[in-house]
Order: sequence, then structure tokens, then C-alpha cells
Amino acid sequence: MSTAAIEAHDDFPTPTAPREHYLNVNYGVKSWLLTTDHKRIALLYLTSITLFFFLGGFFAVLIRLELMTPAGDLVQSETYNKLFTMHGLIMIFFFLIPSIPAVLGNFLVPMMIGARDLAFPRLNLLSWYIYVLGGLFTLCAAVFGGVDTGWTFYTPYSTTYANSNVMLTAVGVFITGFSSILTGLNFIVTIHTMRAPGLTWFRLPLFIWAHYATSLIMILGTPVLAITLVLVALERGLHIGIFDPALGGDPVLFQHLFWFYSHPAVYIMILPAMDVISELITCFSRKRVFGYSFIAFSSVAIAVLGFFVWGHHMFVSSQSVYAGLVFSILSFLVAIPSAIKVFNWTATLYKGSVSYETPMLYAFGFIGLFTIGGLTGLFLASLGLDVHVHGTYFVVAHFHYIMVGGAIMAYLGGVHFWWPKMTGRMYPEGWARLGALIIFIGFNLTFFPQFILGYLGMPRRYHMYPPEFQILNVLSSAGASILGLGYLIPMVYFLWSLRYGAVASANPWQAKGLEWQTPSPRPTGNFPETPIGTEEAYNYAPQEAEVV
Amino acid sequence: MSESHAALAHQFDDPQQQAEAVTLGIWAFLITEVLFFGGLFTGYAGYRANYPQAFAEASHHLDILLGGINTMVLISSSLTMALAVHAAQSGKRQALVAFLLATIFLGVVFLGIKVIEYGHKFEDHLVPGRAFTFPGPHAQQVQLFFSFYFAMTGMHALHMIIGIAILSVLVVRAWRNRFSAAYYAPVEVTGVYWHFVDIVWIFLFPLLYLIGRH
Repeated sequence: MSTAAIEAHDDFPTPTAPREHYLNVNYGVKSWLLTTDHKRIALLYLTSITLFFFLGGFFAVLIRLELMTPAGDLVQSETYNKLFTMHGLIMIFFFLIPSIPAVLGNFLVPMMIGARDLAFPRLNLLSWYIYVLGGLFTLCAAVFGGVDTGWTFYTPYSTTYANSNVMLTAVGVFITGFSSILTGLNFIVTIHTMRAPGLTWFRLPLFIWAHYATSLIMILGTPVLAITLVLVALERGLHIGIFDPALGGDPVLFQHLFWFYSHPAVYIMILPAMDVISELITCFSRKRVFGYSFIAFSSVAIAVLGFFVWGHHMFVSSQSVYAGLVFSILSFLVAIPSAIKVFNWTATLYKGSVSYETPMLYAFGFIGLFTIGGLTGLFLASLGLDVHVHGTYFVVAHFHYIMVGGAIMAYLGGVHFWWPKMTGRMYPEGWARLGALIIFIGFNLTFFPQFILGYLGMPRRYHMYPPEFQILNVLSSAGASILGLGYLIPMVYFLWSLRYGAVASANPWQAKGLEWQTPSPRPTGNFPETPIGTEEAYNYAPQEAEVV
Repeated sequence: MSESHAALAHQFDDPQQQAEAVTLGIWAFLITEVLFFGGLFTGYAGYRANYPQAFAEASHHLDILLGGINTMVLISSSLTMALAVHAAQSGKRQALVAFLLATIFLGVVFLGIKVIEYGHKFEDHLVPGRAFTFPGPHAQQVQLFFSFYFAMTGMHALHMIIGIAILSVLVVRAWRNRFSAAYYAPVEVTGVYWHFVDIVWIFLFPLLYLIGRH
């Protein structure tokens, strides 16, 4: 807690004066585990999702190692099934879904709207504990023999035939869902009721709009996944027949319920990533973002449309042709708001005074990779083409371009961008640029060959393949090793910077936005007094853009 | 700031902002609940459309008298809950405690009757699973109906139990005079939740008990 000495220093601020902020206010373990400060909870999430990221990555390493040769020489097919299942489960439910909302969103939403904290700080802490509890269940499932259903839990395999820890895993994912619901609920209430005076909806940063849209999906979609998993557990435990064709049930019902959540869940991952990019592009172009309201509404449009496209996962699952047609058209519609964002980002760059700091490199990477991922999504939304590439590596490559090339690029860009605000330290710029470059190269080498593999007909989820696919698979595995190295570099220099990094000023990027208007790191209560919103977001001076 | 009112959390500027946040919070939560039950209703609707005869047949094996009584009990509990909120608004501590207790009592009666109904289903071998037996050609589809019956009423009962637990906490806090005409948000929010759980039953009752009865 504060001491008289610290307060005395505050009267004469010097660059080295120990100022009280949210990190040094208390060092005890208890002060972290029982904190209700959104900034500390964001760091709790940051730590735990980083652990899960590297765990999920470890499974990916084993998958790519196995696929170096056409024969199944490293693992048996059962083990391989468990590897890709754990990789998918961990990366989706324990890394991607919480990544940007629970870390950057938690940290920034109250700051960007001029609030002292989220509306329900204790619920916020509870959401982290729920997340950890769900994670422990899933880890137990992994340790006690793993689960082999794929992250999609398709019935009747998961309910009747799988001899693995489906129950434990389903419980883990069920529990974690509630952490997502609580985060979404907290954001919605906070953004509605706690904006600083004068901060009208159209003065909010686009990051807030994206988090609002994401939160809508979280509270509308996640409960459906929850009840679906309850039914899977009941079916598996009691054999009540809801998804079992032998008892009159319908396994396709499961797919409808599952994708009703799990397709929108993709937008939980990509929407916040998109508007991290909006923040980065506008800051490093020194220019107001182009078409603010179009970008803002495109977030909402994606959230809404996302709920009406789930059937495109089921083009070959006995869904009627007419339903397939409708879902195909609706899926094409999602491309419109996505393209609006991409075009507006590029228009923001036009005549901007662009600089190439690390976060901006990630933003550029995002735009290119997301565009490829998005366009190949249109291939998959076309009925005829989907029948050809369904269940192949084409699909794997597509969603990794969105999830890894999109969401993780944006997440890393965002973490670099706000790292000074979170920790009060700068990361080493040279190393960071090198890391971004290595990740970009490694990513493309890993996943571009998979588009070709899929198009040539290599199915996903097999540990063996015909020898003619070996060259492309070796390329992909080689890329994965570069990508893995790329992810370790930021890990090392971020940890290094905590102790040895240059001390960050309050606003190292000269960015607009309320989060930059107080010292780094923030004091516990964010703002000494409630700020007043008087200008539009991204109000960069026009002449700034002309200075080269 | 926060010293001006004991129950004002530090992140809010004034009690009005806090009340707005809490109200919006509970409604947003209820939306998630609607979608949670929505999954069950969707499955129910699909199978009922596929197997209308079996569902009507199975529905006749539910106890319409006990179900009807339970409906009345639950509606009465909504009344006592509304009266409790009113008592809290007007700062009447004793009335608040009494109405909360009445709501808990009615909730427990509902669950008790539900247990009796469940017991009858066990005796009649109508619980889905290996012990399920049903004469006639539609046995499998009838079992599906009972799967939904138990899943839906079970989820509803779980929500009742959670509601009763929250009400019990409220009784203690009301007894200790924690609420006033200026601060009664927890009572109000719990009331909204309780009414929601009632409304779920209002949908469940005709969907499960009243198929094919005219």
C-alpha cells in the first residue's frame, strides 16, 4: 500500500521517482490471486493463455513431426487422433477465444472508455478462475489418456463409440464457456453504462466496437454450446438416445447445435483481432481511420451474420440442398463487411505518414494473411467446390490463415503495441522486427503448402499419406519449425524487457486514445478523475500525415 | 466518491449508474439463459415434428394434476417474489423477509412435487436408459420424449435450486437490514431471475404435459 514517502515523491515528479501504479501497489501473491483490478486480471489471463499457447503448440510440433514421412512412424493412429484433438481444443477454447478479449480487452476496455474498472470486477476475477478450472479439467483429460474425438465432439462417435476421456473434456469446455459468457456480459454492461461523459458511441475507438460485437456473440452463442455439451454428457453417461440413430435420435442435430456456437466462435476470435488492426493502422499512419462508421458497423454486421451461416459446415452432412444453397449465400455475405474493413485499412494507409514499427509489421502481416484466409473461405462457401475440398488440408490451411495468420498476428501486434502501457517497459525494437519477419515467413511456409495438399486431395486427420505428398508435407513441417522459433523470440525478449527494457514514457507511439493519456504503467484506479470525451477517436492532426 | 453511499462500488460514479449496470447485467444474463434453454427447445421441436404420435402418447403418461398444481405453486411464488421486491422498494424489512421466505417455501413445494413425479416415472420404468420399457410400437420415440422431459425439467429444477440458494442469502441479508428504499438492487435482480425461471416453466408445462389434450 502507499506510504508517506511515495506520496512525498509524487509532489516532485522526476523520471526516476517511484510512482505508485497497479503493478507496484502490492507485491503479494494474494494481492494478485484476489485482485479485482481489470489490469491485473488481464495479466493473469496473459500468463495462463501463454502457457496454454505453448502447450497447444507442443501438440502441433508432434503432429508436424509425424507428418514428415508418409509412414506412421512416430505415433499410432490413436495417438495421432489425440494429438490433433488436444491441439484443437487447447488452441481454440483456451487460447484463441480468450486471447484478445480477456487480455487486451480486459486491460483496455475500461481505459478506452474512461472508466475506473469493468462494471463487475468480481465477476471478472471469477471468469479467470472458471477459465483455469475448465483448463484443469481438460489437462486432466489429456494426462489420463487424452481424448480422440477431434475438437468438434461429433456424435455418435463422441457419445457412443469413443473410448477416451470425452466426459472430462466436455466438462472442461463447458466450464470454460462460462468464463467467456461472464467476460462478454461484463463488456456489454461496461460499454453501455460506464462511458465517460461526452464519449458517445461514435467517439469510441473501433476496438470498443469490435469488443461489443464480440461480446454479443459470446453471450448469445456460448450457452448453446453449453447445453449441447450437457446433452452429449447425458447421452454418453445414460444412453438416452438424443443423438443416437439406433434409438431414434439424430446425430446431425448435434452438428446444428454445435456449429450454431462454433461458427460464430470463429468471429469471437477474429473480430477483436480486426479492430486491434484498426488501432495499429491508424496510429502508425498518423491519420484518422478511413470510414470509421463503416468499420464500426461492419463489426456488428459480422456478429449478426455469423449466426446464420453455421450450415456451411454441413454441406455434406445430409442437409437439404436448398438449406445448403441458403447457407452458401449467407456465407458469401460475411465477405462484405470483412472486405469493407480490409479496404478501409488500406485507404487509411493512403497518403498517411506510415512508419514500420513492430506492431505495424504485424498489422501488415494480418492484412495479407487475413485476405488469403478470407478469400479461400469463399471457396469453401461455394457448394460445388466445398464438396471437393471438404475435410482436406485445404480447410486446415484456410482456418489457420484466419486463426494464426489473422488472430494471432493481431494479438501479437496488440501485445507489442500496448506492452509499454501494461509493463512500463519497451521491448527491443530490432529483435521484435526480426521476430515478426520470422513468424511471417514461417507461417506462410507452414500453411501455404497445405492449400495445395488439400486441393490435391490429402484428407485432414490422418497420420499416414501417399508418398507423392511428402515434399509439400516436409515443406510444411520445416515452416512449422521456423514458426515455432518465431514464437519463442518474443517470449524471450518480453521476459527480458520486464527487467532490462527501456523505461516507457506515457505515450511512446504518440497515439491518441484515452489509454495513453496517463502514465505507464497505469495507477490502480486508471484515471485520477473521470475524463471527459471532447473529440472523435483517432484525431490525428492532418499536417502530421504530411510530415515525412 | 464512494464514501457518500455505503453500497456504491468504487468503479461507479453514482448509485444511478450502478443500478443501470446491474439491471442491464441481469437482462443480458437472462438472454444467455434463453439461448441455453433454446438448445433444448430446438431439439424438442425437431423430434416432436418428426414423431408427433409418439410424443402425444408419451405426454399422456405425465401427471397433469401434479403438473397443474405445480404451475399454480410457481405462479404464486412469482407473486410473492414481486411483493418482496415491492416491500424492499418501500423499505419494509419485515414484509421483505416474510415474502422472501414465502417464495422459498413455494419453491421448495414445487421441487417436492417434482420429486414425487420423478419417483412415479422411476416406478413406471419411464426413465430413459437401460431400464426403460414402454409397450407399443413407439418405445424408442417415447424414450426420446422422456429424455427431453428429464433434461428440460431437470435443467429447470437446477435453476430453481440456484434461485432458492440466492433467496436464502437474501433472507439473511434482509434480516440484517442490508437493504433500504435506496438500495435494493440484489432483491430486484433476483426477482427478475425468479420470474424468468417461472416463465420457462410456463413454456415447459404445455409443451410437455398438454400434447394432444383438447
